[in-house]
Amino acid sequence: MSIRARLLIILAGLILIPLWYIPFWSISMTAPQYPEGIGMYISINDIQGHNRHDLQSINTLNHYIGMKEIHKEEIPELRIIPWIVKAMIAFALIVGLTGNQKLLISWVVLFIVLSLAGIADYWWWGYDYGHNLDPRAPIKVPGMSYQPPLIGTKQLLNIRASSFPYWGSAFLALSFGFATASAWLNKSAARPQN
Amino acid sequence: MTKLLTLKNIVVVTAVAVGAALLLTGCPSGQGNLLDRGDAAQKTYVAPGEYDEFYAFFSGGYSGQLSVWGLPSGRMFKNIPVFSQDPETGYGYYEESKPLLETSYGFIPWDDSHHPHLSQTEGVADGRWIFINANNTPRIARIDLEVFETVEVLELPNTGGNHASSFVTTNTEYIVGATRFSIPYETDLDVPIDSYSENFNGAFSLIKIDENTGEMSLDFQIIVPPYNYDLARPGKGPSADWIFFTTYNTEEAHTLLEINASAYDKDYVAALNWRKAAEYVRDGRATMIDAEYYHNYYDKSQGMAVSQIKDQVLLLDPKDAPGILYFMPTPKSPHGVDVDPTGEYLVAGGKLATVIPVHSFSRMIDAIENERFIDEVDGIPVLDYDATIVGEVENPGLGPLHTEFDGNGYAYTSVYISSEIVKWSLETFEVVDRIDAYYSIGHLMIPGGDTVNPYGKYMVGLTKTAKDRYLPTGPKQNHPAQLYDISGDRMQLLLDFPTIGEPHYAQAISRDKIMPNARRIYELSDNNNPYAIKRVADARVEREGDVVRVYMANIRSHFRPDNIEGIKLGDTVYFHLTNLEQEWDVVHGFAIKGMNTAEVLLAPGQTKTLKWTPTRTGIYPFYCTAFCSALHQEMQGYVRVSAADSDVELTWRTGDL
Ligand SMILES: [Cu+2]
Repeated sequence: MSIRARLLIILAGLILIPLWYIPFWSISMTAPQYPEGIGMYISINDIQGHNRHDLQSINTLNHYIGMKEIHKEEIPELRIIPWIVKAMIAFALIVGLTGNQKLLISWVVLFIVLSLAGIADYWWWGYDYGHNLDPRAPIKVPGMSYQPPLIGTKQLLNIRASSFPYWGSAFLALSFGFATASAWLNKSAARPQN
Repeated sequence: MTKLLTLKNIVVVTAVAVGAALLLTGCPSGQGNLLDRGDAAQKTYVAPGEYDEFYAFFSGGYSGQLSVWGLPSGRMFKNIPVFSQDPETGYGYYEESKPLLETSYGFIPWDDSHHPHLSQTEGVADGRWIFINANNTPRIARIDLEVFETVEVLELPNTGGNHASSFVTTNTEYIVGATRFSIPYETDLDVPIDSYSENFNGAFSLIKIDENTGEMSLDFQIIVPPYNYDLARPGKGPSADWIFFTTYNTEEAHTLLEINASAYDKDYVAALNWRKAAEYVRDGRATMIDAEYYHNYYDKSQGMAVSQIKDQVLLLDPKDAPGILYFMPTPKSPHGVDVDPTGEYLVAGGKLATVIPVHSFSRMIDAIENERFIDEVDGIPVLDYDATIVGEVENPGLGPLHTEFDGNGYAYTSVYISSEIVKWSLETFEVVDRIDAYYSIGHLMIPGGDTVNPYGKYMVGLTKTAKDRYLPTGPKQNHPAQLYDISGDRMQLLLDFPTIGEPHYAQAISRDKIMPNARRIYELSDNNNPYAIKRVADARVEREGDVVRVYMANIRSHFRPDNIEGIKLGDTVYFHLTNLEQEWDVVHGFAIKGMNTAEVLLAPGQTKTLKWTPTRTGIYPFYCTAFCSALHQEMQGYVRVSAADSDVELTWRTGDL
């Protein structure tokens, strides 16, 4: 691996560090009673309201339709994912230091697999929240479930919910971009010798 | 086709009719007609969802409250209880607020609030606090403009009607109070009324304001002759160290003042150098005298209001403090004394005078330096009228009262008897315009019109009787207000709307000074009420002998606990209610059958306590009085009250069927 390729994969690892500080996803909701909107940011290790008390408001609203309350302490992913990201950073540093091409390819493949798994998990989390409703909920609309959209906007009763990537996702994309660039450099460096 | 023709016909006929009307009435010019009215609607139209340009605060008069309005729309936003109990919010009924209404005369659940005044920085209203006086049992209150609630009330001793109040100096160093009715000093002095001149005195009160917290303290009082002190205004710019007061009844009458206090041609405007007076007090020239009064205050994080009982006050006698106080003869029983934006002109509203006298501050200083004194009263020099007067506005109408300024060289004076506002030039002292008021105007107010920087755009007239102006509402009707456009050469009436209570004076301020600081919730984490609960899980009921304390959570859409048994006759029950919501404007209420005080409303994050002494056994439903949510009607519960000797155990629950 060239110095440049090694630097790129190290960069791909290090650029994941902002994920501890910058949310990668945002869910926003507006309703007639919420003209300014409420919502939450999702980071690899945290869920926060757009404003200080939004999570409490979301939980209060959700209890009418029997959704479980969202408490970050009760979401195991917020404890697990930081370790996975740490592992990916460490792995990237190892790839960069050893210059092992095979490891580099594994890193990229692992990144893709983990991203897909993350999206699947997020979908499942949303499905569970939206479908697994308390049967004693005061508001029951036959056939209605409240799964937020994976990505995009959806009208759920009086609430218009939007789910979109947030700035943290840009670092994920950059990381993936640097890693594939590193792999591509190796490939084109290898070609003339063939 | 026929339809179109018909429509067209209608348009033509209407146009002809309007044309004919114009011909008959003459072309509308200047004031009052078709074109003007259309224009007025446009000028006051604030589209749904848009914001008014100004916050206005109208005193409530005998309602003891302060109402909040938008200008130019004339929409009322809120009525803030200040000196009066308010069954709507529970103010003055719930335990936390009750100390605010304590006085040396006991718990006083009402008053007559006259003159709101916004705190100032460098002579301009800053929107931090608004102060208002109680005229009956003499007090001053402070309203915090982050939360729009009364947070402090200070009683004034040696004062018989705190009317010349609550005006702030240009950097809110002091608020002034003064007695309208002179009374004997000291507590409970029992003397014959006709020993008035001998035993009665006036008092000026200088109330110091903490520049960070706004907290008031009575720094000192000044003993003055037994006149009636009517209104006051601190100076500004060159006159910022001075406060001007009007006097009437310099005749010292104590009966039938209507006649006896109207005898003299001139009374006085008193000029007090407050900075010099404060220095004398610091130098030990004042004496400490006995005086009982209450200082009640509340902190912003919604703990409990507390009452502090004071028993002494520093009193400064002008005889011991030369150079602090002068009298300027002024015709005749003057009501208002108002200082123009430059601080040079002192305009008195001689309510029985035929002119509006204007004193000059710089001429007053010259007269003092050159000792142009014509008399002396109790050590207070009386200045020569000709030495201080700089103009007399002729033909001002009958009964001029109060004056505000537009910052463009004009003054506007309310005139009670002839029911009009006159606009006059500060250069020529001549009336340049006049407009009717509906009817019998008291104060008028221009946003910033009492500061160094008026917004000369609108003017509000506060009138005393509505008569035929609105749909009739019985023999006693609400007091009106009128909004005028004063941006042009001629005043234009824009709006005429009923108010609440009896607004005496008003204040207005640009929304930019208040909107950004207006709070949306009380942070639960800052709630330091000892009876607050911060989590639903802390809801509980505790018995301490005959006292039962219910720590109750309010959150959409239930109370916790909502079934309580084991209360007995003879118990005193305290409902400590906390609204656990942390969302703007999600308000809960509480009321229980047979409650002989009031309901309460709880803002998000707020804790309030209602005391309840059941008098009959039985089942008492309670419920949320605020339409808080879709399941508001379900927000209810029951209390069971048993006989004194019953052995029903104290239990409580929520949700377990
Ligand atoms: Cu409620």
